[in-house]
Amino acid sequence: MSISRRTFLQSGAAIAAAGAISSPAFAADEIKVASIHDLSGGLDIYGKPMVDALTLAVEEANAAGGLLGRQIKLISYDPQSNMQLYTQFAQQAALKDKVAVVHGGITSASREVIRPVLDRFKTLYFYNTQYEGGVCDRDQFDTGVTPAQTVEKLVPYAMKKWGKKVYVIAADYNYGQITSQWVKKYALENGGEVASIDFFPLDVTNFGSTISKIQAAKPDFVWSALVGGAHISFYRQWAAAGMRKTIPMASTTFAVGNEHIVLSPEECNGMLICHNYFQDLKNPVNQAFVASFHKRFGADYPNITELAMGTYQGFRLWAEGVKKAGSIDRMKVIEALETGISIDAPSGKVTIDPPTHHCILDVHIAEVNNKKLNVLEDFPQQKPADTAAVCNLIKNPNDNQQYVIKI
Amino acid sequence: MNGRSLNLLGLAVVAVVGLTFMFLTPRVVDLDTVLELTIYMIMAILALSLALVWGYGGILCFGQSAFFGLGAYTYAIAMFNMGESTLPVLVAIILPAAFAALLGYFMFYGRISDVYLGVITLTVTLILFNSVNSTAGPEFHIGAARLGGFNGIPGIPPLNWPFNKKAAIDLEAMFYLSTGSLLLTYFGLRLLLASQFGHIIVGIRENERRAELLGYDPRVYKLATFTIGGALAGFAGCLFANWGAFVSPTIFGLAQSAQIIIWVIVGGRGTLIGPVIGCIGIQWLSALLGANQPSGSDLWSKIFANAPLILGVILIAFVLLVPKGLVPTAADIAAFFLRRRRREQRGFEPQQAE
Amino acid sequence: MDLVVLLAIQVLYAVASLALISVGLAIIFGMMRVINLAHGEFLMLGGYAAIVATSHGISIWVSMLVVAPIVVGVIGIVVERTIIRFLYGRMIDTMLATWGLSLFLVGLTTAIFGNTTVGISAPLGSFEIGAYRTSAYTLFVIGIAVVVLGAIFAGLRWTRVGLIARGTMQNANMAAALGVNPPRVYAITFGIGAALSGLAGAVLAPVSGVFPTIGVAYIAKAFITVIGGGAAILSGTVSASALFGTINQIATFVTTPVFGEVALLGAAIILIRLLPQGITGRFFRRGL
Repeated sequence: MSISRRTFLQSGAAIAAAGAISSPAFAADEIKVASIHDLSGGLDIYGKPMVDALTLAVEEANAAGGLLGRQIKLISYDPQSNMQLYTQFAQQAALKDKVAVVHGGITSASREVIRPVLDRFKTLYFYNTQYEGGVCDRDQFDTGVTPAQTVEKLVPYAMKKWGKKVYVIAADYNYGQITSQWVKKYALENGGEVASIDFFPLDVTNFGSTISKIQAAKPDFVWSALVGGAHISFYRQWAAAGMRKTIPMASTTFAVGNEHIVLSPEECNGMLICHNYFQDLKNPVNQAFVASFHKRFGADYPNITELAMGTYQGFRLWAEGVKKAGSIDRMKVIEALETGISIDAPSGKVTIDPPTHHCILDVHIAEVNNKKLNVLEDFPQQKPADTAAVCNLIKNPNDNQQYVIKI
Repeated sequence: MNGRSLNLLGLAVVAVVGLTFMFLTPRVVDLDTVLELTIYMIMAILALSLALVWGYGGILCFGQSAFFGLGAYTYAIAMFNMGESTLPVLVAIILPAAFAALLGYFMFYGRISDVYLGVITLTVTLILFNSVNSTAGPEFHIGAARLGGFNGIPGIPPLNWPFNKKAAIDLEAMFYLSTGSLLLTYFGLRLLLASQFGHIIVGIRENERRAELLGYDPRVYKLATFTIGGALAGFAGCLFANWGAFVSPTIFGLAQSAQIIIWVIVGGRGTLIGPVIGCIGIQWLSALLGANQPSGSDLWSKIFANAPLILGVILIAFVLLVPKGLVPTAADIAAFFLRRRRREQRGFEPQQAE
Repeated sequence: MDLVVLLAIQVLYAVASLALISVGLAIIFGMMRVINLAHGEFLMLGGYAAIVATSHGISIWVSMLVVAPIVVGVIGIVVERTIIRFLYGRMIDTMLATWGLSLFLVGLTTAIFGNTTVGISAPLGSFEIGAYRTSAYTLFVIGIAVVVLGAIFAGLRWTRVGLIARGTMQNANMAAALGVNPPRVYAITFGIGAALSGLAGAVLAPVSGVFPTIGVAYIAKAFITVIGGGAAILSGTVSASALFGTINQIATFVTTPVFGEVALLGAAIILIRLLPQGITGRFFRRGL
């Protein structure tokens, strides 16, 4: 027995040591960028387009000569929708690979897991997903839209079009909780009323009784802040009950996971959404971008999502920061970005807002129509007013938390 | 060399290698590897808890993650409310143990056995998952700690030296604590299993009716085993909350529960070192498969960068080729060669009984 | 009044869908004591089979009711011949093997289909009950469940195949002595169990959608229903589904879907505590 134990303890130690010694050999002067996005597990519908966009951005930069004369290497991690792996990979990116920047995190949960790790090990972090707002951290830049940028525009538009009584259904985690509060605020501000706010954990697929409740409440429209693959079944069941034509719907989360392609036109036509980016935006930068994206990933790519564009824009902003700072040193890049760097992105002009480290973006309202998103109205250069109300990193550079914005 | 001294030699080897590993590693490897090894040590304690409960106690607990998660959440909530870590650690061990005792009483005194035990324990952990998962609203808080629902509780303050609020332990000390705890747990369990208690629970596992007829009440012994397992899992949970500074409801989920069972099966039920190795091996493999994804969409990279697919194939191959688990199979192989050599040494004399 | 009718339909639907997703697992576990942790993935594959068939122009009814069961049944037989057949009598090892299989199937479908898959929408439209509209498809699901359970009952009770199956289940050695080939019976049974799972997944695809990880949502509930039902395949599944489905739906109706889930799980614990051998350990003992 002792022989086998000894053998296996030795090989156990050897396995651990091999893990330590086996760091891949990089070319000495490459700039390393880490991507931590889910490519498997429940959240891969969001993660895959984000990594594709980041890959394209890195390849474009390398083709143009790299950054500061150095080639960029993208290290891609798949945490498999597992929080423990998010922590491990953030540690690995910061300590072993010593990357210049991490682009990653999809849900707010995953962001709040890696943010303290990257803070502790002094690695720059770009969070490129739309979220509930309020993160105030000098080490982090957020390029996704927040409720004050999209919800504030869509609620009055929907109320003007359909009526004043809204029924809110939201995913039961802090993004859904906080966004639904913003919907309530803007609805009340515009003279409307909220019939009810119902929350559903991310794995719920049975919405039968909810649909009955909504029918009983007779709202003018339904606001959906549902997220993820399981929640798509709400739209199916809603249409199957014949409700699509009876009560209209608005959402700022729909289409982020390509729901408009997964569902049939009968299941979601007429829905109003508000995002920063749509693949059909008609400006020259976007047309060139879509052409090169399709060339790289195939013309039959389902849809370039808002999160993918957020990631692309996040990388471009970081690259501009590095160019302006002349170095990949974290503090120098942060200071360069804090001068209010701006890029001409496929979604329009994107500018970093120095006090909040969030972005000033164009937003557009669109309607779902036969698997396409038709832009109805544009709102240029929306400021991240919700985060600005609680966060000022110029005055308090050591601030480091996520504020829950009081409404 | 008889069996007893072989056993003692084995324990000495584990002690020496373990202590060497513990003190040498932070000096030799980089910080990232130390952090990675820390979580492996913590999960190994969790694996040992199920190794005791299932491997030696014969209780198919499909919900060991319930105690793990309770320990983590209890530590987090207590830490936010108290600010100093000695009491939270104790509570994080006692509360899961108490819950295990309650659940164990419910199950064993109801004479529930094998597959049905699995279902009840699975159901319990799923209830915890569903309940905690829906606590995202601001009204769900225990004292100063918001439960946070799906988002969990981030930013958990780390452990500090006992009764000294200001002196938080650093990452290296965390490694020592985890590895030291693992070694203590291993030797503690070895002692426990060598005692009369250990022999009785193995006897109950082998044939409950016979043990009962011999005068031992299996319900009491199973309850005790289950409670100890719950306490160990809770302690592992407390350390886990420390390592990642977060806890989220997925800790109660089916995937986490199944993982623990897989570690024990891969390592070898009925051994202690087996589940430790199985746990570390599979964790390391999952991390390896998830890291360094190639950036292509061709079928080749889709298959080889596909963590679930590779892991699945490995597990299936494992079951078919190494059915008893790593350590028992290794022991068999070693015994085979040992027997061969003894036979050669002694010519054609009849062999002694193993 | 219309609310009562609506609730009754919803309860029946909950019972029917629970029965559909569990019956495949019940047959496999009841016959061969194999814990098939890849059961959710068989359901998922049934959904994908239906979607692929429909997108190639086959009528949705044919793809759900014919193509999906056949495809998943074949997959089931392949799995049985290559993996499960070596593991009979080793319940714990079947757990590990089928867990690996479930990971493999999830990875494979993600690789083949990617993460954005067009679904199929529920046919049959909707109808009104007083002030409420509800989907007519729920009635179809209820009908299918009744037909499937009836077919299994008829098959087990009145056909030769069913007789052989029951005999092998009760005493494999005796059946072998009487000229039956147990390994072939096991293979066919596993195939039929898989086919039924595929059918359930296809039928539920227009309602819950299909994506690679949807299996997780089904496996726990199916497992709990099958074990709670006890040793008899049919009466166990029916009685457990009826009990749990009703409790789940009524709790959901009164409160929220989450509490409905918790109520189902709580009911399962209480049931097993009171009836440690499942429902058919005590009641309906001589049933199928």
